[in-house]
Amino acid sequence: MTADGLRATLVVHRPAFTLDITLDVAPGEVVALLGPNGAGKTTALRALAGLIPMSGGHISLDGRPLHHLAPEQRPIGMVFQDYLLFPHLSALDNVAFGPRCQGVSKAEARRVAAALLERVGLADRATDKPRRLSGGQAQRVALARALAVRPRLMLLDEPLAALDAHTRLEIRSQLRRHLADFDGATVLVTHDPLDAMVLADRLVVIESGVVVQQGAPAEVARRPRTGYVARLVGLNLYRGIGDGTRVEVGELPLHTSEQLDGPAFVAFSPAAVALYRTRPDGSPRNLWQATIGGIERHGDNVRVHLDGPITAFADITPAALADLELSPGQRIWASVKATETHAYPA
Amino acid sequence: MLVLPAVAGLAFLVLPLAGLLIRAPWSTLPQRLAEPQVLEALRLSLVCATAATVVCVLCGVPLAWLLARVEFPGRRVVRALVTVPLVLPPVVGGVALLLVLGRRGLVGQWLESAFGITLPFTTLGVIVAEAFVAMPFLVISVEGALRAADRRFEEAAATLGASRWTVFRRVTLPLIMPGVVAGAVLCWARALGEFGATITFAGNFPGTTRTMPLAVYLALETDPDAAIVLSLVLLAVSVVVLASLRDRWVNSP
Repeated sequence: MTADGLRATLVVHRPAFTLDITLDVAPGEVVALLGPNGAGKTTALRALAGLIPMSGGHISLDGRPLHHLAPEQRPIGMVFQDYLLFPHLSALDNVAFGPRCQGVSKAEARRVAAALLERVGLADRATDKPRRLSGGQAQRVALARALAVRPRLMLLDEPLAALDAHTRLEIRSQLRRHLADFDGATVLVTHDPLDAMVLADRLVVIESGVVVQQGAPAEVARRPRTGYVARLVGLNLYRGIGDGTRVEVGELPLHTSEQLDGPAFVAFSPAAVALYRTRPDGSPRNLWQATIGGIERHGDNVRVHLDGPITAFADITPAALADLELSPGQRIWASVKATETHAYPA
Repeated sequence: MLVLPAVAGLAFLVLPLAGLLIRAPWSTLPQRLAEPQVLEALRLSLVCATAATVVCVLCGVPLAWLLARVEFPGRRVVRALVTVPLVLPPVVGGVALLLVLGRRGLVGQWLESAFGITLPFTTLGVIVAEAFVAMPFLVISVEGALRAADRRFEEAAATLGASRWTVFRRVTLPLIMPGVVAGAVLCWARALGEFGATITFAGNFPGTTRTMPLAVYLALETDPDAAIVLSLVLLAVSVVVLASLRDRWVNSP
């Protein structure tokens, strides 16, 4: 236990909703709060910023309690989802706003702001009003504005959500670089797993106001623990009872390569599922009869929804779809090799 | 069915103004406008209306902020009270001002003994009467602008370390400036035309309290042509104000 960085327990009661999470972020670490809409991600961020009152809990930053301070007294920098650049101020004055509020002279504040705009590659747009900036430029000005107050805690609310796909790619890698340079704690909120995986050192997944899973991005991606996380990372996920190399999922035993006893998860990729019109020869370890619930495009492949003893997704090529002549409602055989599955304790 | 009464309504609104233009003594207009009494009344009107507007902005904007941004018990009652001068007959307002700020009034007594300030029947009294009547126009306009403004800009400013006062001065005020200007213009126009409260509270003394509306009323009994000329001036000022308001602030927020 160190006193450095952010240590927070956030409790916010709302009608029909309670947020109750604990969040520890080391200096220099980037933690992504990931979750579906309405999970409480933004509520958590606003509580950290002091923009909404907490019903309970505490926040400390570098060992100093923070929760009793007004937003303007907290050493934070915040980037809002739609940036909220002040429309009547130039990009430079937007960035200089924070230092000015800290009592820095006008000339010094502008010098700091100019240096930050330079760092985010916008030195030539300093005199422009926000409405003349593109989405990606506005995002970078918002980041520079938040960095200008020299915060110890950086809060980013869906920092890439307002950008189009192309800009997003570019800004995401830039943002990653800037966050890596930042030596304070960073909490970022997103519902996009890709943003979270690229930007964060650690993921904290929130559903319905509580933390359901946390860990390094690779760990979360490999071992999802809820249906939401499994869908995010694109895996089929089942909960069952482990018995040696077998996990009983309902009526269906799934064979895995791992030894496991007691409550367990089994995950496998939709691409690992093979489909057959007739019962295949040989002896794949995991074989079951399923009904096709639906068929949809999925990237370059086709995603087949399977009902049956377990519901699963299977990704097959369009050519395979044509060969198999699949249609919704059809009965079909599905199999997964034991080596393609991954089992871990629940 | 609706067109006939609509045309009648339009005629009712426009005809009196047209009459004013038709009956105006155009040939002697320049001389009449240059008469010292006219210029004096016009100057007094402009000075008092402007001073009243300044008072309204200085007190009305913070009041509007209080009503729009701060939760306090009885806020709805306060908002209702603020709009009272809007529906109150101006003469009643003038009587009320006399009772409170008159030489023997509740506050006026004290003002005179402590500071030697006398409000009734002075130019200062004209400004007070006009501000009393015109303030609601400004408060309502600014409160509307505050409610429409995106409060998240204020939150963003707070996360950057801005105190409440800095947020108001550097973020809120610039964002609601169109509303403040529109309110101030309405307020000014209302103050310029003020008659009832002014004549009741400040009287009718040439050079110190006789503003344009008072001069019009007085001239109507002695020199109707002079009344028409004075009315034309007020009409011209109103039209200019309305035109500037529409072009700059109403149509393009």
